[in-house]
Amino acid sequence: MESAKATSHSQHTEAAGGASPALTPDQQTLAKETVPLRHHGRTVAAVLLLLIVANLVHSMVTNENFQWATVWHYLFYPEIMAGLGRTLILTVVSMTMAILLGILLAACRLSENKVLQGVAGAYLWFFRGTPLLIQLIFLYNLSALYPRLGLGVPFGGPELVGGPTNSVLTLWTVALVGLALHESAYMAEIVRGGLLSVPKHQTEAAAALGMNNLMAFRRIILPQALRVIVPPTGNQVIGMLKYSSLVSVIALPDLLYSAQMIYTQTFETIPLLIVVSFWYLLCTSILTVFQQRIERYYGRGVAGHQSTAKRGRIGLGGPRKRVRTTLSSTTAEEG
Amino acid sequence: MTTTPSTESLRDKSGPIVKIVELRKSFGDLEVLKSVNLDVYPGQVVVILGRSGSGKSTMLRCINHLEKPSSGAVMVNGEVVGYRVKGEKLHELRPNEIARQRAATGMVFQSFNLFPHLTVLENLIEAPCRVLGRPPKQVREEAMKLLRSVGLAEKADFYPSTLSGGQQQRVAIARALVMKPSVMLFDEPTSALDPELVGEVLEVMKELARSGMTMIVVTHEIGFARGVADEVVFMSEGRVAEQGPPSQVIDNPQAEATKTFLRSLNERRDTPVQ
Repeated sequence: MESAKATSHSQHTEAAGGASPALTPDQQTLAKETVPLRHHGRTVAAVLLLLIVANLVHSMVTNENFQWATVWHYLFYPEIMAGLGRTLILTVVSMTMAILLGILLAACRLSENKVLQGVAGAYLWFFRGTPLLIQLIFLYNLSALYPRLGLGVPFGGPELVGGPTNSVLTLWTVALVGLALHESAYMAEIVRGGLLSVPKHQTEAAAALGMNNLMAFRRIILPQALRVIVPPTGNQVIGMLKYSSLVSVIALPDLLYSAQMIYTQTFETIPLLIVVSFWYLLCTSILTVFQQRIERYYGRGVAGHQSTAKRGRIGLGGPRKRVRTTLSSTTAEEG
Repeated sequence: MTTTPSTESLRDKSGPIVKIVELRKSFGDLEVLKSVNLDVYPGQVVVILGRSGSGKSTMLRCINHLEKPSSGAVMVNGEVVGYRVKGEKLHELRPNEIARQRAATGMVFQSFNLFPHLTVLENLIEAPCRVLGRPPKQVREEAMKLLRSVGLAEKADFYPSTLSGGQQQRVAIARALVMKPSVMLFDEPTSALDPELVGEVLEVMKELARSGMTMIVVTHEIGFARGVADEVVFMSEGRVAEQGPPSQVIDNPQAEATKTFLRSLNERRDTPVQ
C-alpha cells in the first residue's frame, strides 16, 4: 500500500519535469492520486431502464393489435395529408397573427396611457379566463347574436362595408381568428415579460446616444428581449400545433379530425391515432430544432454562451446584410 | 481665483457650452436639486465632487434630459435642452426633438451600459449611422481609430461580456466619442471598477482632457480632480457649496461641507491621495 502510493507520487513529480524534491510530511499525506467516486446506483438504474425500453419496443413490434400494415397504409393517405396541411396552415397563420397582436397588447399594457392599459388588461382577463373550446363555439355561433357584421359609423350610423355574419365569418376565419385571439392573450404576457427583462440602463444608454424611442426599441431593446421571448414562444407554437385540433368542434378537417372521420367508418382507431401521433411528433421535432437555433442566435453576447467569444457567422436577421446567411453554423470564428 | 490662461482666452472668445440656470429637481417630496447654477466653457474640465445623495448625478442627468428638471433650465450650445422658448413660456419638445438634442452630448455611465447583443465595433457604429445617418464605411474607420486610441482595437469583434470592466468602460467612452459630441458627461465612471482597473480608464479620460474635450465629470477620484480639472465644483444638499480651481477647493477648502467631505475621504484611504 505504502509503496504503491510512493510510486504513483514519484511518477507525478517526474511528469512535472524535474528532480523530485524532498517532501514535507504534510505533502506526503495529501499529494496523492485521486480516485473518482463510482456511481453504482446510476449504472443499475440505466440497465433497468434499458431493459424496460427494450421490452416496450419488442411488444410494439410483435403485438399484432398495433396493425403496422394499416398504419403504413394510412401514413401518406390523401385525406391525412390534406389534414396535416390544414393543421400547419392553422398553426402558422394563427400564431403569426397572435404574435403581432400580442406585441400590440404588450405595448398597450406597458403604455403610460391608463385607458390602453385597462383595455388590454380586460382583453387578457377575458381570453385567458375562458376555455378556447368555448371561444371557438361562441365565434362560430356569433350570427345568433349579431346577424350582420360590418364597418361603419357607430351607434346606428350608416354601414360602409359588411354582410351577413355567416358569410363574413367562414369556417376558416372562425378557426384562425378564434385561435389567434386566444393565443394573443398568452403572447402578450410573454412579450411583456421579455421587454421588462431588459434593464432600464439600456434604454438610457440608447437615449444618451440620441436614439429616438422607436430606434431604441427596435435596435436595442427588442433584440435583447427576444432572448427571453423566444423559448416560451417556441413552446406556444408547439402547443398551438396540437390545440389547433380543437377546430374539429366546428367541423374543420384538420389532421386529427381527418383521421377521426376515417376511423369512425373503418373502426381502425389505434392505427390511425398512431399515424396522427407520428405526424404531430415529426412536426414538433422539427420545430424544436428550429427553436434551439433561434435561441442560440438571440443568446449571443450573453456570458457563458457558446457564440459569445467573438462574432460568428450567424444568420437569421443579424445587423445589416447578415440577414440571409445560413442559420446553421454558430461556431465562433477565430481570427 | 486663478484660472489657466488657455481657459481664460476661451472664455473671452465664446459663451459657455453648458449653462445651468436655477435648476431644481424633486422626486416626489424629496428635493434633490435646490437651485443649481453652473457655467461650463469650451475645453474646460469640470469635476463635480460631493457626498452620495448631494445631487451630482441628477444634475448631470439633467444636462442631457435623462431627468426632466422640475424648474429651471439647462442650455447646451445656446439651445435650451428639452424645451422651445416661445414668448414667456418654455414649451416641452417632442421625444424625437429631445433625442436629436442629446446627440450633442456624450455620456459615460457608472455601469458602462454597453449593448450586450452587439459586438464592440457594432456598439460604436450603431448610433452614428442610424442617428446621424453617416456613411457606415467612414464611421467604421473612425470607430476603429477610436478603439485604437483607447487600446482596444483587437477587441472590435468581441462581445462586451468577454471584456473586463475597465475595457468595457473604455469602449463606452469610445462609443460616446464617435458621435462627436461637444461635451462629454461622466457619471462616476470608475466607481463600479475593481481598484486595479481604475487607472486605465482615468488614463483615457486624461488623454481626452488633453485633446481639448469639454468634460463634466462626477467622480470620487480626488487625484483625477487635482491633476486634470480646470474647475472643481463641490455639491452639498442640492446646491453648489463651493467652486473654483482644484488648488483652491481641494487644497484649501472654505465651505464646512467640503472640509468634512475631504477629511472623511482621507480617513477612509490608507494611503494619501496622489
